[in-house]
Amino acid sequence: MRATVLVRPKQGILDPQGQAVETALEHLGFSVAGARVGKVVDLEVEAADADDARAQVERMCEQLLANPLMESFEVEIHG
Amino acid sequence: MASPQPRVGVVTYPGSQDDRDALWALAAVDAEAVPVWHEEPELPDLDAVVLPGGFSYGDYLRCGAIARFSPATAAVVEFAEAGGPVIGICNGFQILCEAGLLPGVLLRNESLRFVCRDVPLIVERDDLPFTARCSVGQTVVIPVKHGDGRWYAPPDLVRQLEANRQVVLRYAEPCNGSVHDIAGICNERGNVMGLMPHPEHAVDPLLGSADGALILASLVEAARERVLSLI
Repeated sequence: MRATVLVRPKQGILDPQGQAVETALEHLGFSVAGARVGKVVDLEVEAADADDARAQVERMCEQLLANPLMESFEVEIHG
Repeated sequence: MASPQPRVGVVTYPGSQDDRDALWALAAVDAEAVPVWHEEPELPDLDAVVLPGGFSYGDYLRCGAIARFSPATAAVVEFAEAGGPVIGICNGFQILCEAGLLPGVLLRNESLRFVCRDVPLIVERDDLPFTARCSVGQTVVIPVKHGDGRWYAPPDLVRQLEANRQVVLRYAEPCNGSVHDIAGICNERGNVMGLMPHPEHAVDPLLGSADGALILASLVEAARERVLSLI
């Protein structure tokens, strides 16, 4: 079963990478009111069903894929 | 009576860089420096442990996030929980934070630039196994070299750490955007410390500063006292 994890810097955490991207976009002439840079992890999970897959991926996020001090995560299961 | 030579382990992970310098510097301050491979599930007989700098597992995912799961890291956590002195330098600091032995996390430098220079640091504690040779308020000069050294914790946690006096070293001038200019912190018990500056690169005046030897010699002395207490 395919799953996607989106990991984002938490609200309130300074994200200098996002700021650099925002500045670069402004240099290109885009009007941007904020940019934050996170990560995408695509996974192929062996699971009985979508609920099982979600439960497994959430455990992966808690143990490794995200650091709860600075990141939030979102799990998508594609079936 | 001849004082025993304490055994201080240095863990090498794939991607560690400063393990050899740490071994050399520890020997220079009169320790028996013992290399430890990251796959070792049990530590040899040690009196203190150093987690060195570098880029364990290529800094993939987050700095220190994968080294945290090495068998040797689990053994180091056990050693620390039994009261053994542990110091994490740079990437070692990042690993200790990821492993939950130290509070907070280290983020990308505010400037997005890699900083590599000697920095003045203010000593905030001199009653720890890592700083007994220093005095509170003293300025020591030790080099940093990191891209991800901005220590961060949520405001409530920072207040708690300051109240507990867990800040050990502070940058005398802004370095990387760290909260409260924190360069080094310890756990509540005071037997685990992490710092971004590299004491092992500053143990000889020929290298620009010998102030790093104050930290490492303090650790070795604490390790020696540990040996004596066990005899």
